[in-house]
Amino acid sequence: MIEVRVQTDPFDVGAELARLDRAGGGGVASFTGIVRDDGGLTELLLEHHPEMTIRMMRSLAEQATDRWQLMGVTLIHRHGPLHPGDPIVLVATAATHRGAALEACAALIDRLKTEAPFWKRETFADGRTSWVEPRAADDVAAARWLRDDS
Amino acid sequence: MDILYFAWVRERIGMNGERIAPPDGIVDVAGLIAWLVTRSPGHAEALADVSRLRVAIDQQFAGLDAPIAGAVEIAIFPPVTGG
Repeated sequence: MIEVRVQTDPFDVGAELARLDRAGGGGVASFTGIVRDDGGLTELLLEHHPEMTIRMMRSLAEQATDRWQLMGVTLIHRHGPLHPGDPIVLVATAATHRGAALEACAALIDRLKTEAPFWKRETFADGRTSWVEPRAADDVAAARWLRDDS
Repeated sequence: MDILYFAWVRERIGMNGERIAPPDGIVDVAGLIAWLVTRSPGHAEALADVSRLRVAIDQQFAGLDAPIAGAVEIAIFPPVTGG
């Protein structure tokens, strides 16, 4: 049961997790990303490559399902203008046991950050804008899961 | 083929994308970028430092040495920052 969505609207974390509760597993793990108000940030604009985004997210979900024998996985990423406190991304996994659910959830958010074609532009209270630079730590986190594949 | 630009690459070039027919002799991504640089000052600025660029051919990440023959869509963009 793979659910992958890219949308401007908010998502209902409770409803999404409740659906995975019924997937037949013994545990559901989730990660929700929230827009931080770093340094007076007033808006975070998410740009993406629509077709490639869906394709990459679906591929990540399928790989995680195979590797951790998931009963269900939900990936939701928002795009468009967001503001501090807004939920931006949801990763949720259902598996027979907690280890698989938790590990798959961590792997999915790590790989999503470095492989799904989204870009963030910050706008600050003084009107300044800047594109978010990638972090080397994110590459290290994602590479960990690729290495374990071998 | 269609070239797509995203984020600050799109902003500096001043367009979302363009349909182009690269001249004969341009066989890989590095060659394509070197040719695109000559199209306008915006292209030259956006594409000056290839170490800051990432490329996808038909929606799959590709290296600078990837062949472009037969590609329908080539996207050029900064490293991704989602999540």
